[in-house]
Amino acid sequence: MSGILILEQTLNGLQFGLMLFLLAAGLTLVFGIMDMINLAHGSLYMIGAFLTSTLVSVTGSFVIGVLLAIPATAVIGMLLEITVLRRLYTRDHLSQVLATFALILIANEVVRISWGSDQPLATPAALSGPIELLPGMFYASYRLVIIAVGLAVAALLYFVVTKTRTGMLVRAGASNREMAMAMGVNIRTLFTLVFGFGAGLCALAGAMLAPLFAVQVGMGENILILAFVVIVIGGIGSIRGALVGSIIVGMVDTIGRAFLPALLREFLPPQFAGAIGPALASILIYLLMAAVLFWKPQGLFPARG
Amino acid sequence: MGDALLNVRNLTKRFGGLIATDGVSLAVAAGEVHALIGPNGAGKTTLIEQLSGAMPPDAGVIRFDSVDITGKPQHERVRLGLARSYQVTSIFGKLTVLDNIVLAVQARTGSSVSFWHPRDSETRLFDEARRLIGQVGLAARETALAGTLSHGEQRQLEVGLALATQPKLLLLDEPMAGMGLDESERMIGLIDSLRQTVTVLLIEHDMAAVFRLADRISVLVFGRIIATGDPVAIRNNAEVKRAYLGDGAAT
Amino acid sequence: MWRALPLVVLALAIAFPLIAKDYGASYYVSFGSRVMIYALAATSLNLILGYGGMISFGHAAFVGAGAYATGVLLVEGITSAWIGWPAAMVVSALLALAIGAVSLRTRGVYFIMITLAFAQMAYYLTVSMKAYGGEEGLNLPTRATLGFDLDLKNDDTFYYTVLVLLVVTLVLLQRLVHSRFGRVIQAIRDNETRMEAIGYPTFRYKLICFVIAGAFGGLAGALLASHGNYVNPSLLHWTQSGMLLIMVILGGVGYRYGGLIGAIVLLGIEELIANYKIVWLAALLPNYQQHALLGVGLLLLAIVLFAPQGIAGLFARPASAGINRG
Repeated sequence: MSGILILEQTLNGLQFGLMLFLLAAGLTLVFGIMDMINLAHGSLYMIGAFLTSTLVSVTGSFVIGVLLAIPATAVIGMLLEITVLRRLYTRDHLSQVLATFALILIANEVVRISWGSDQPLATPAALSGPIELLPGMFYASYRLVIIAVGLAVAALLYFVVTKTRTGMLVRAGASNREMAMAMGVNIRTLFTLVFGFGAGLCALAGAMLAPLFAVQVGMGENILILAFVVIVIGGIGSIRGALVGSIIVGMVDTIGRAFLPALLREFLPPQFAGAIGPALASILIYLLMAAVLFWKPQGLFPARG
Repeated sequence: MGDALLNVRNLTKRFGGLIATDGVSLAVAAGEVHALIGPNGAGKTTLIEQLSGAMPPDAGVIRFDSVDITGKPQHERVRLGLARSYQVTSIFGKLTVLDNIVLAVQARTGSSVSFWHPRDSETRLFDEARRLIGQVGLAARETALAGTLSHGEQRQLEVGLALATQPKLLLLDEPMAGMGLDESERMIGLIDSLRQTVTVLLIEHDMAAVFRLADRISVLVFGRIIATGDPVAIRNNAEVKRAYLGDGAAT
Repeated sequence: MWRALPLVVLALAIAFPLIAKDYGASYYVSFGSRVMIYALAATSLNLILGYGGMISFGHAAFVGAGAYATGVLLVEGITSAWIGWPAAMVVSALLALAIGAVSLRTRGVYFIMITLAFAQMAYYLTVSMKAYGGEEGLNLPTRATLGFDLDLKNDDTFYYTVLVLLVVTLVLLQRLVHSRFGRVIQAIRDNETRMEAIGYPTFRYKLICFVIAGAFGGLAGALLASHGNYVNPSLLHWTQSGMLLIMVILGGVGYRYGGLIGAIVLLGIEELIANYKIVWLAALLPNYQQHALLGVGLLLLAIVLFAPQGIAGLFARPASAGINRG
């Protein structure tokens, strides 16, 4: 197990974690402010990826494709909010879970009807070469771009949420919705915009990860669960928690999958290691979540007062 | 101090930088009606939450009937005889008044880990419940859904639920909250009637009721007990008057 | 008049295999068994969801655990249903005890998430069980055996066995709902704080309810394994938990027959779409049959938004339970 391999997996974990953050941020905002569980968040990620794939082949440019897909998905998100999701704010959590689960089913089939089951997207040519980070260590430049984009968005979010008036409104809403309303914040518009913003973030994540993972129907569900694990660990309503949680989950998942089977083989007879290794790696983050909940039932940085 | 039914020593609770309960020591003697008064925000409900077991204190000891209950969960304290009513009505709105009280009676009558026999065939539970409903004055509304009761009637049911657990000590959190004159009179009469059988720790803002009912009064200000004594002594206590300045209550 | 309806349905169910044979539609006896098995699973979920108020997104784990328990026993040569099926219930009950003991310490969305997480863990565990099929699943050598000259390989016999078990479960559920335990669990659903304050150890009661539901979910799983002679990890996937939730909501949360109605309707719709050509729909969307889930999704959304009491709720008094209009 070389140091280079460890560094590489750490960077992979960081990269995955930052993309998870894009989903988790939107999810935790929606949950924190509107008190709504939105299972369809992963579907927006999927739609973003599919739209990007089409737009890239139509425009011939990766960057333009991504830049167009983001607002397009944001608009779809806002339309969804206005037509369906708005009705769920006053409902109980079970209704929200079921209604948004219904949206997942609908979105999957609509995408399947419109595009087919998958729509491959290749890494943009300019970025498909490796970069030499350290002597002898090469890392895919595209992944570095993802890390850079992720960090930039995190910094932007930090700036907006803590330094601007809009951010203050958002934080107030997350912490105490009734009070924010009483202070005259136009809640309906704020909600729609927050949702659209979250959808845009989903699209960005979907677009950036598309060349690495497969663009296929159902891609949203897998990452959705991870995003929920993130916000539960991080604390519902907290962007900071979402960031910390995402990095942790991204790292644990990536490094766990990469090294745990090998590690187990050092200590256990091969047939056990072969069986348990991958399973344990898959459930590692769930164990982490259960542990966090046991010790801090509200997550690491609960936003609610 | 030895024969106090409830003995609280140095109870402390902090929420971040805020000290809600600041080293509270309190003794409630068996058989008395002990009132706990104080300005808004003094921490009365937080204290009740700790006494009933809904909230763990950060420090201090609570002894009830010679048993240290500081670490005991709420349902165990109820079994030992310590019950509370809520300031914000917390009843079973979709059940009838009768079914509400039956639930409380059922809790202390045999095990409810019973899956086959229909509960409604246990007439003894219902007879006992009717007796209790009569005691709190809701006999006429026995079959009404609790959610359809008037506010005052719901407050009666509120106390009734706590009473139905056959407590030795009843923690009443503002039983008269939101009540009109007639309803308050009825509640005062009810609490008075309990004097022989149940010890009462009463939190109330209604000073007329407090001075009529209380054997002793403790005054809680900013989480500390600043005075304990009989009503006359409290009424004349300079510190108490200062704490209530502007309230118009200490006249 | 409505009171007679369950008996009418029961009579129809008993007569069904005989009627089907007359019409040469014996295939549907197997379909009927499948519907009843899912009705049993959905009913077990209804216990914790509708009567207990616990939103579990991991119920498929118990069904799957029961399926794998009997599956493994069958593969290892233990074919008697008298051992295999109770064993499935015990395994699922133990799993529910473990998961419940941890999960029930949380509330609200945290509870939903943690039940989902545990179900996923169980799913990945079955995927990793290479000795018993791993990801591809496990083909079972035979259906379970009952003895007494009853051959479960005969579809009719299997059908009636499942029918008996379903009826027994429904009767037990009915007794439970009206028992002391049932009253307590429903009251906990409505106001847990007050229940604790009048002397009930609420955690204990919720856990017991969770275990009972898990056990009956396991029974459904055992029957499922025998029905298809096949167990596979997808039985435990969270989307399967979602399907069970859909059935309960469709049928009516907190209603006695909610699970049964939901299973009949959902599986019935799936069967219809797969096997019968709906002409106008085909004109609209030529390969609509591959997109049955779109219809399911739209139906579910409509139910949640406009008829949250489910189908049972359209006919009966509003249940005191379940999802409501905010």
